[in-house]
Amino acid sequence: MADTNEGTTRRDFIHVASATAGALGVACVAWPFIDQMNPAADTLALSSTEFDVSGVEEGMAVTIVWRGKPVFIRHRTQKEIQEATEVKLDDLPDPQVDSDRTTRPEMLVLLGVCTHLGCVPLGQSATDPKGEWGGWFCPCHGSHYDTSGRIRKGPAPTNLAVPPYKYISDSVIKIG
Amino acid sequence: MSEPKFNNSLIRWIDHRLPIFTFMHHEMHEYPTPKNLNYWWNFGSLAGIVLVIMIMSGIVLAMHYTAHVDHAFQSVERIMRDVNYGWLVRYIHANGASFFFIVVYIHIFRGLYYGSYKAPRELLWMLGVVILILMMATAFMGYVLPWGQMSFWGATVITNLFSAIPLVGESIVTLLWGGFSVDNPTLNRFYALHYLLPFVIVGVVVLHIVALHRFGSNNPLGIDVRGNQDTISFHPYYTVKDAFGLGVFLILLSAVVFFLPNSMGHPDNYIPANPMVTPAHIVPEWYFLPFYAILRAIPDKLFGVLAMFAAIGVLFILPWLDRSPVRSATFRPIYKVMFWVFLFDCVALTWLGAKPAEGIYVILSRLFTAYYFFHFLILLPALSIFETPRSLPKSIGKPVLGGGGAAMAAAPAAPRERS
Repeated sequence: MADTNEGTTRRDFIHVASATAGALGVACVAWPFIDQMNPAADTLALSSTEFDVSGVEEGMAVTIVWRGKPVFIRHRTQKEIQEATEVKLDDLPDPQVDSDRTTRPEMLVLLGVCTHLGCVPLGQSATDPKGEWGGWFCPCHGSHYDTSGRIRKGPAPTNLAVPPYKYISDSVIKIG
Repeated sequence: MSEPKFNNSLIRWIDHRLPIFTFMHHEMHEYPTPKNLNYWWNFGSLAGIVLVIMIMSGIVLAMHYTAHVDHAFQSVERIMRDVNYGWLVRYIHANGASFFFIVVYIHIFRGLYYGSYKAPRELLWMLGVVILILMMATAFMGYVLPWGQMSFWGATVITNLFSAIPLVGESIVTLLWGGFSVDNPTLNRFYALHYLLPFVIVGVVVLHIVALHRFGSNNPLGIDVRGNQDTISFHPYYTVKDAFGLGVFLILLSAVVFFLPNSMGHPDNYIPANPMVTPAHIVPEWYFLPFYAILRAIPDKLFGVLAMFAAIGVLFILPWLDRSPVRSATFRPIYKVMFWVFLFDCVALTWLGAKPAEGIYVILSRLFTAYYFFHFLILLPALSIFETPRSLPKSIGKPVLGGGGAAMAAAPAAPRERS
């Protein structure tokens, strides 16, 4: 053996080098085995939805499907818009002004998934409980959302998400 | 440790080359076991047998089940209505899961009462906690497979727990789902893992038994075996005792399978999964209820999830929280009381987990959650210091053979019995 002064040998170097190369190789091969669990190409391809909102009358709400999740579209009344805009930001657990959550103030588009643990909140049909702030109420763990879909009370940490959408004509929105 | 003599020449020929018969003789026949084990010691081997029942019934179900969101619910109904004895095998599997948890929870509380987690059995205990976690994961994914409403929304809520992780939470949830919601990719991977994990459990059970056989079973007195006079051979004494317990267990299992097969299930799971509508009152299976109660007791999402995982995680460090040198609660006057208080706490959390998260239930959940952690993190370390244990008997054989109570009373106050 070719010993050096410090007591390390060429053999030590070979051990470390081969272990390092082996670990790198395993790490490289591990990635495909992890990433295969992420959404596949066909799942991603289904990731946009178009919807004509002209049929949604004032005071009405409809639920459509986007990427397997419910999307709430609510045509708000003047009273609901007023309630959503007049609230003080200090009263909100996740402060956000109403105008940042809508493209047109009367047409609210939200992901209908509670930000706590993913249940679908109630409040879309006329007979549903709508919570203490007239928006939505999640029956699973008791989160209350206001008429802008903002969390007001309960375990949910954030407001109902606004999905990425834009008006591609006067009345048709494209989500995703 | 006598070398076994086999009369059959074929067995001798094999054993010389592959000593499995010698191994089985050592570990399952002459294996010296404390002679004072009570019936609470039945539940270890019983859990092993239930695992075998679950794997056998599960493989049968897998032969008829279709893991696809359009067909899963129908294929389970077909098993119930059309497959020969499919109803029987499915009810055994579904109720077997509940019974598995009953058996394992009794096994765990046995360990808590008699201090079975203490040196030198810390790793044995920790492997047991690993088995419990694997069981929970397997049971959760199995419950998703029938693709009813509770399957779907249970899967949604539980996978969403991971979204509480800062920064990477949402990415992890997408990775678990294989999409943007619980859907077909989720069902497929849950099926694959539900088939895999029981065999991982078998592997950890083997390690659990290897660790057990290193020092042998603990016993109701919690003192070490002093020699041959304290033990009897596993066969026939404990094989027959375990077999008797198995008979009683199978009667109870049969009673539920044949007469109350849906008593521990939830009727909403006979409604096909609907991703657009959450059932009004979603509840996990009863064996998750205490942890679910802890999750809901904390008003913050991240800390709620952390508390729930911590409730199981704290079991890993239990051998270092309870420093009392006396194992058995029989000789620990305060711990003996606090054990029953803790058991009551767990039962209360189970009850609260099934109640809606409002009003008095929220307040009670918080109190009992606080007590759960108080028991492990404050009470047990404090008792290790302040509690005066009763004097231990000299040996396992002595109270039985040598005048019992008198011998125990005469024993010096020496909690460091095992040194």
